[in-house]
Amino acid sequence: MHAETNRSNIQELLPLDALLQKAAEHKGCGTSSEGGKASCGSSGGPDNMTPEVWEKVKNHPCYSEEAHHHYARMHVAVAPACNIQCNYCNRKYDCANESRPGVVSEKLTPEQAAKKVLAVASTIPQMTVLGIAGPGDPLANPDKTFKTFELISKTAPDIKLCLSTNGLALPDHVDTIQSFNVDHVTITINMVDPEVGQHIYPWIYYQKKRWTGIDAARILTERQMQGLEMLTARGILCKVNSVMIPGINDKHLVEVNRAVKSRGAFLHNIMPLISAPEHGTVFGLNGQRGPTAQELKALQDACEGEMNMMRHCRQCRADAVGLLGEDRSAEFTTEKIDAMEVVYDATTRREYQQVVEQERQATVAAKKAEQEQLSQLADAEGISMLIAVATKGHGKVNEHFGHATEFQIYEVNAKGAKFVGHRRVDLYCQGGYGEEDSLVTVIRAINDCHAVFVAKIGGCPKDDLKKAGIDPVDKYAHQYIEQSAIAYFMDYVGKVQAGEITHQTRGDADIRQGAYIAA
Amino acid sequence: MAFKIVASQCTGCSACEPECPNQAISEKNGVFVINPKKCTECINYFDEAQCAAVCPVDDTCIIDLAYPRYQASA
Repeated sequence: MHAETNRSNIQELLPLDALLQKAAEHKGCGTSSEGGKASCGSSGGPDNMTPEVWEKVKNHPCYSEEAHHHYARMHVAVAPACNIQCNYCNRKYDCANESRPGVVSEKLTPEQAAKKVLAVASTIPQMTVLGIAGPGDPLANPDKTFKTFELISKTAPDIKLCLSTNGLALPDHVDTIQSFNVDHVTITINMVDPEVGQHIYPWIYYQKKRWTGIDAARILTERQMQGLEMLTARGILCKVNSVMIPGINDKHLVEVNRAVKSRGAFLHNIMPLISAPEHGTVFGLNGQRGPTAQELKALQDACEGEMNMMRHCRQCRADAVGLLGEDRSAEFTTEKIDAMEVVYDATTRREYQQVVEQERQATVAAKKAEQEQLSQLADAEGISMLIAVATKGHGKVNEHFGHATEFQIYEVNAKGAKFVGHRRVDLYCQGGYGEEDSLVTVIRAINDCHAVFVAKIGGCPKDDLKKAGIDPVDKYAHQYIEQSAIAYFMDYVGKVQAGEITHQTRGDADIRQGAYIAA
Repeated sequence: MAFKIVASQCTGCSACEPECPNQAISEKNGVFVINPKKCTECINYFDEAQCAAVCPVDDTCIIDLAYPRYQASA
C-alpha cells in the first residue's frame, strides 16, 4: 500500500466530473429539483456519460436503471463477520419471506460460492454481476471475500465483481480491490456529521477496541470519506447507499449527497429505513418509523440535481439471485446446486446477452418515438402524474394485477416518462381467489398513483381501484412501459383540455415494512 | 479464567475467532466456542476482551462464572 498520490489519475478525474455535470445539465427529463437542473440520474444512457463509464454500467442492474429490466445480479453470502453495529440491523432474524440486507438463509465458503456462481450463470445467462454484500461486512472478512473474487475471476472471467461495505475497513483494502479489477464498490454512508451518526451506530470495532457514541461515528465517517476518495482516485465507480431515517438523518442526507458528490461518487441511492418490531432491531423495537413514499421521493428529487440518483434499489438480501425484484435464491440452495448439472458456457452467455442488448435498444427506441409525439403536445396544463406498473421485466406491462409482488412507479409529465421507484405489496391473488386484506394493502401502497397498468385484472379489484381514484388500465398489455405511459398521459391531457375530466392531485402512499403475508 | 459464548444466541458470524490472541475460539456445529483452558481474558494483550468487543449480539460473549478469573502471573 503506497502512500504516494498518483497525480495523473486525479487529473483524469476532473474532466470526467465536469463532463458528467455538463451532460446532467444538458438533458433534463422528468422531475424538477431545487438544486438546479435535474439529470436523468441512473436512467442515463450512453449520451450522458463517457464511453468508458457507460461500458462499466450498461449491464450492471444496480448502476443503470435501464439495465435492471434486462440484466440480473447475484450476491453470495461469504462475509458473515461485521465490524460495526447499526440500529437498523438484527442479523439473527432470518425468514425466507423477509427481504432485507444483512439477512441470509445459508452462509457460504468461497468454494461453495464459486460453485453457486457457475450454477446461476449457466441457468440465468443474463446474470452479469456477482456482488459480495454480506451478511456482515465484506471487508471485515477480507480473506473470504478476496478468495471468492479470486476463484470467480478464474472460473467465470466475464462476470463483473461488485462489493458493498460500511467503509470502516475500506482504506486498508483499496489496493487489493483494484487488483481484482472490481469495477463497482458501494459504501453505505448515512451521515457525515458524527452528531447525527451517534444515533445510528451504537458501536464500531476499530484497532482492537470497541468505540461508542460520537467517537465511533467520527472515526467511521473519516474512514468512509477517505475510502471513497481513494476509490474514485483509482477510477473505481462508487455508489453510495444511504438509509433515510425520519427525524434522524432525513434532512442531513442532503449534506451527505453534497459531500459524496464532491469526492467523486458516481451514484447516490437513498433508500427507506426498513423498521418493524418483529425484526428485533433497535429502531424496530423503539418505534422508529421509515419514510412515506412522498417523503422519500421528495428527498430523492431534492438531491437529483446535484448527482445521479438510483431509484430502483430493492434492498435485497446478501444471498439474492436474479433480476431485481424477482428473487430466485430459493432455486439455488446448496442442496439444489449439488444436484444440478452445471455447464458453464461463456459463448451461450455472450450470445444471450447480445439478444438482451437488442431488446434493451428496442425499448429505448420505442421510448424515444413516444417522447417525440409528446413534445408536440402544446400544453400539458402543468400536469404531472404517477403510474403504477405491474411488470415481470423486459420493460413491458406484462404482469397480472393479482400476481404482482411489487409495482414499478413511473412519473409522467410534459417532459416524458421516468422510473421513480417501486412499491412492494402482498400477493393479492391466492390460488384463484383474491384476498380482501391484500387489496387494501395494495391500494395503500400505490395510493399516490393516478393509474395502474396491468396485463390483466379481475372485476372486483377493478371496481375497488376505481373507487379509490386509481384508474385500472389493461389496454397496454405487453407493450413497452414508457411508451404506454406517454400515450396514456396524452389521452388524459386531451380529456382534461376537453373538459371531460378534472385533474386532481393524489395523496401519499405507504412503504411496506413487514414480511409478506404469503410464501 | 474464561469467557464463554452463549450458543443459543451465537449467529455464527465468526468475527471473534481471528481476534483471539490465544487462538482459543473455534467453530462447532455452526456456532463458536471458547476453550476455557486457553482463554486469558485478553489480560496483558488488550485493554478489553477482543471477542466480546466484536460480538454483534449483546450478552452473548460473557465471563464464564463457572471458572475462576484469570490471574496473570506476577
